[in-house]
Amino acid sequence: MQVRRRPPHPVAVDISAIREVNVISFVGGRLVSLILTTLVASVIVFLLMQVLPGDPAVLMLGMNADADAIAALHRQLGLDQPIWIRYLQWIGGFVVGDFGTSLTYSVPIRELLGPRILVTLPLALLSMAISVVVAIAIGVYAAANRGKTGDTVVMGIAQVGVAVPNFWLALLFILLFALKLAWFPASGFSGWQDGIWNGLHSLILPAFALGLPLAAILGRVTRSAVIETLGEDFIRTARAKGLTRAGALWKHAVPNALIPVVTIIGLQFSFLLAGTIIIENVFNLPGIGRLVFQAIAQRDLVTVQTLVTLLAASVITINFLVDLVYGYLDPRLSRGGH
Amino acid sequence: MSDTAITSEPGLFSKLLGSRSLTLGAVVTIILVAMALVSYVWTPYSPTAMNFRDKLQGPSLAHWFGTDNFGRDILSMIMVGARNSISVSIVAVLVGAGIGVPLGAWAAARGGWVDGLVMRMSDLAFAFPALLTAVIITAIFGPGATNAMIAIGIFNIPVFARVTRGASMGLWKREYVQAARCAGRGDVAITLLHILPNINHILLVQVTIQFALAIVAEAGLSYVGLGTQPPMPSWGKMLNDAQTFIYQAPWLAIFPGLAITFAVLGLNLLGDGLRDILDPRVRRQR
Repeated sequence: MQVRRRPPHPVAVDISAIREVNVISFVGGRLVSLILTTLVASVIVFLLMQVLPGDPAVLMLGMNADADAIAALHRQLGLDQPIWIRYLQWIGGFVVGDFGTSLTYSVPIRELLGPRILVTLPLALLSMAISVVVAIAIGVYAAANRGKTGDTVVMGIAQVGVAVPNFWLALLFILLFALKLAWFPASGFSGWQDGIWNGLHSLILPAFALGLPLAAILGRVTRSAVIETLGEDFIRTARAKGLTRAGALWKHAVPNALIPVVTIIGLQFSFLLAGTIIIENVFNLPGIGRLVFQAIAQRDLVTVQTLVTLLAASVITINFLVDLVYGYLDPRLSRGGH
Repeated sequence: MSDTAITSEPGLFSKLLGSRSLTLGAVVTIILVAMALVSYVWTPYSPTAMNFRDKLQGPSLAHWFGTDNFGRDILSMIMVGARNSISVSIVAVLVGAGIGVPLGAWAAARGGWVDGLVMRMSDLAFAFPALLTAVIITAIFGPGATNAMIAIGIFNIPVFARVTRGASMGLWKREYVQAARCAGRGDVAITLLHILPNINHILLVQVTIQFALAIVAEAGLSYVGLGTQPPMPSWGKMLNDAQTFIYQAPWLAIFPGLAITFAVLGLNLLGDGLRDILDPRVRRQR
């Protein structure tokens, strides 16, 4: 991987005026490509849903429904309209937050989303936090103790951790922490109405099951990034001007090693969303992932296309934010090209 | 990046033995493949034979890894499951590399709008969480091992396209490629004769990584019931079944997961080892 670094010292000349214009065009350009990518993604998802076998009207009315009733329901659902009109109607509503009505639940999809986002988002954020904290801790520790026993042991564990599938780790956690020790529930979600801790309690095992394998990957990246920056001239300069080893590590090496780490965090977000689909199934959590899964099984096409487009849009948005963070971490990037 | 064996350009053979990751990874991978091959001719018990008298037994001398709720022998099922995992992953990687490598090579050779198009398409593919794509694909075409292979293969395409493009981009500016062009060779010939041979070590490492990911993806799909269908044993499905009996028979949840971890660890070590040996850039950095 190409490792990009920010210059150790700010450039002396005042370029803030030039930078402002460039930052605006940089952000603007990325924003346009973000919107275009999301639109193309929505078209693809919409088209995929059209080839999904199974007529929603038949599924709703049952196999023995008569043809007139099915035709009437088609009209009611708008399925008799040409495909491009249906797409425009759907995406038009999507943009203003009106996602349409779920075919199986017969309620607006927006109402389905609310409580489920409150499960999936905290789960994803908690996993991400676990992943980042654990990864930076083990990565920096291993880099600082490069070649010593501590490094070998920690990186050996990380090597195994990368190979552990999250849904198996989830099962092991259920065995140990839910069944044996009874510290956490084995499945289900009690909701947020009884206080933050009660809700969080059922998310802790799933979050660790999702976050720890990611931490192993991120920890390895952190280690090599920190080792690389430790070999730079500006670290020697920092040490020469009297900074302690730890000071040079935390003040100069770690911040400069963050760019590759942020890249991987961005990439991991997509993994994380996919992971929630499986983990929510393992722990029976009523989140977005489980909803996608149920909606696919029930041929609830509007719900599937809305959820998948939302998931794709959030991945695209995260990548956009990662690009912005790059621009901040490495000002050279936003000044045109790299 | 587990060991830091610094090699000062010895011969290839001693380098092969010198890399601990490579040796360990190769041993694990060979065991895995051997297990899968042996399962064609011999397993301790028939992996599909039900024997309700022996159901849900713990590990014993007769059944090393115990038995499941139908009295089937877990070790036999894991052996046949290895065959399943490997064949699904081989096809998935072949699909991904078979389409992705030419696309990436084409993008690097032509540049311009071709490059832009291929890269935007792969950006788009990366916007969909891989497993979600696989779930949708298997929902459209129906669950099963074949569709799992295609679904996993499809999300391997952009990975191989990117890696191939990234690795070959710079080569097009090299003198020997310019010379070949002056000698009248076309893009296809240059790609086959000069570009691919120079990036095959990078592709080989990527193959091991994607192979490992395919094993996890297949297990994940089978776990949620969209991959390999019974009675063919698969590691993911075994874990799903194990969850139903997790109170009575916790060992059922241990062995299939160990098998997945073992396989993925072996392939990752193999990939790391190959990278250490084949990529001079990485070696110098250490």
